[in-house]
Amino acid sequence: MLEIKNLHARIAEDGTEIIRGLNLSVKAGEVAAIMGPNGSGKSTLSYILAGREDYEVTEGDILFNGQSILEMDPAERAATGIFLAFQYPMEIPGVATMEFLKTAINAQRKARGEEELKIPDLLKRVRSAADELEMDMNMLKRPLNVGFSGGEKKRAEILQMKLLEPKLCMLDETDSGLDIDALKIVADGVNALRSPDRAVVVITHYQRLLDYIVPDTVHVLYRGQIIKSGSKDLALDLEKNGYAGVIGEAA
Amino acid sequence: MPAVQETIDQVRSIDVDQYKYGFETLIESDLAPKGLNEDIIRFISAKKEEPEWMTQWRLKAFERWKSMEEPTWARVNYPKIDFQDLHYYAAPKNQTGPKSLDEVDPELLRTYEKLGIPLREQEILAGVRKQGEPSTLDENPSDNVYSSGRVAVDAVFDSVSVVTTFKKELAKAGVIFCSISEAIREHPELVQKYLGSVVPVSDNFYATLNSAVFTDGSFVYVPKGVRCPMELSTYFRINEKNTGQFERTLIIADEGAYVSYLEGCTAPQRDENQLHAAVVELIALDDAEIKYSTVQNWYPGDSQGKGGIYNFVTKRGDCRGRNSKISWTQVETGSAITWKYPSCILRGDNSRGEFYSIAVSNGHQQIDSGTKMLHLGKNTSSRIISKGISAGNSQNTYRGQVSAHRKAANARNFTQCDSLLIGNDCGAHTVPYIEAKNATAQFEHEATTSKISEDQLFYVMQRGIPEEEAIALIVNGFVKDVIQELPMEFAVEAQKLIGISLEGSVG
Repeated sequence: MLEIKNLHARIAEDGTEIIRGLNLSVKAGEVAAIMGPNGSGKSTLSYILAGREDYEVTEGDILFNGQSILEMDPAERAATGIFLAFQYPMEIPGVATMEFLKTAINAQRKARGEEELKIPDLLKRVRSAADELEMDMNMLKRPLNVGFSGGEKKRAEILQMKLLEPKLCMLDETDSGLDIDALKIVADGVNALRSPDRAVVVITHYQRLLDYIVPDTVHVLYRGQIIKSGSKDLALDLEKNGYAGVIGEAA
Repeated sequence: MPAVQETIDQVRSIDVDQYKYGFETLIESDLAPKGLNEDIIRFISAKKEEPEWMTQWRLKAFERWKSMEEPTWARVNYPKIDFQDLHYYAAPKNQTGPKSLDEVDPELLRTYEKLGIPLREQEILAGVRKQGEPSTLDENPSDNVYSSGRVAVDAVFDSVSVVTTFKKELAKAGVIFCSISEAIREHPELVQKYLGSVVPVSDNFYATLNSAVFTDGSFVYVPKGVRCPMELSTYFRINEKNTGQFERTLIIADEGAYVSYLEGCTAPQRDENQLHAAVVELIALDDAEIKYSTVQNWYPGDSQGKGGIYNFVTKRGDCRGRNSKISWTQVETGSAITWKYPSCILRGDNSRGEFYSIAVSNGHQQIDSGTKMLHLGKNTSSRIISKGISAGNSQNTYRGQVSAHRKAANARNFTQCDSLLIGNDCGAHTVPYIEAKNATAQFEHEATTSKISEDQLFYVMQRGIPEEEAIALIVNGFVKDVIQELPMEFAVEAQKLIGISLEGSVG
């Protein structure tokens, strides 16, 4: 589903190279974890996949379902089914969460040539998704992410993910700022989305989240490259022995 | 929200240099010769069939104006205006004053039809449809606020009011709603008592000029204890070339009365600049309330900064009575230059003034706008919410004054000025003047300036919302607290306008 080939990318403003020849492939139905020490390029990779303009791809390609997405802007990529749950979701003052959800859902439907969702349908879907995440519907009247606690923001991200039904779900440090109860709810939300035609990429620094969202594959990102790939046991090993061993091996 | 979608559709459907109301109506005009002198003033006064006291009032203002200098303190730049190169009177021919709809030139009606707004009212007038029935013009009647809305309209074309609707029904409630010209003839005692009592003849250069040459505008009087049964509104249209429009509006809410008044403005697209110098006076007596809303969409000039309206306006409300309240709400998207400070004099004890403003500037527009809240009485309070949005190469200044007089015990003010920048070539400026001569006054001022951040835009687009739609969504969120203050009829229109005004603001 996702095929990253010899990707090189740098910060557009100052030319600093962040991704240096990265190869990664994630199949439909797979849950892949990307781990690595701070500053290895994990979040940057998620931004580049989502199409953020601050980064320039200088070499290589990103294929999504066989198509290169390099020329697409973030909205077009989203409409093809790429979703990023942000580590730090942005506040949108004055825009009620419900209104935002409706705008996003209908924008994607429109891009795919589908009819707009009728209000009762929309409400039904939102209500059921919110229930699963134990979110109060009243919260959806508030402006998106404005004054939300860390946990509320992360839930709101997962709520959007459920409603937009993406093909590729990327989660950037979704566990940060969550207590254990919230973490379980969020993880259940993600697990419910696991399906044979959907891939999930979990970006995380710690093993903790992977106890709840059990990955099929684990990849270690270091200095802009995947230096080691393995099964879920690799994450446990990293938890026990740290990154030093793996980094040493690669060097 | 349908309005957001409409904003987007409008944004998409309109080219950068396309101003929707830029058409010109080819209609024969009765035009005064160019230039300004006593004869012209007498000519205007005679055209309006005014009594002698009015003519004298104008002439006195003109004498005064000749010794005045154009103000230069505002943060706007424009070539010097040649006041002798303007027409001070233009009227569609065969049109001496408000008449019934049947008598109105069909070309004129078509103009208002194109402007889109008061048409559903004209349908009612023409007997096509009864009030409260959905209009056949509406594809989706339940969504349309006009279909059941009841808004009385006064339409001003260049220098004359061409039609005022619902007059009879309003008269039943005792409300007088007519053109100012008619009021001078029919209700001289009210006009003489209140005209110039809030904005004195010598107030400022443009107000004095207006006092000498004003041509038309609306007059409203709501008697004691009456709640005006419908929204009142005036649509101003400048059509004729090289014409100054000098609107004069006077609204009086007697003790315990309430009125909500809306004004809308458009002009054709022309290469020359046109002048609009209005004076609006509001008077609220004991326990009275006036709500005044403006959606100003004068032609702003093209993307190179050529043409457009110079909008030099003096608007002031006097909370003359105890417990009175005046509230200004404005959405400013048009004009090449805007110089406008709708203000409140809080004279009566416990009176309250409010100012809610959205000022959008794009292209080469220059806006210097804000408000004055002058606290004179005891326990007076005021609230200012200003949202400035700058895009393109525009400059957008908020200039506001809040002052408490020595005797204004317990005066309170809350001011919030937020500026939003789109792009890197525009400017936002905030110039607050705060002055308290009474130690018990409590004034709060908050100001923010932000850019639509790359982070925000990326986040919204990541959800599949295309760039223009994403900006419209963020901007509509930014102005939400002010939009909520607008009457329903204008809220949707205002949101659409903001979208259109910001068209092409992202590269």
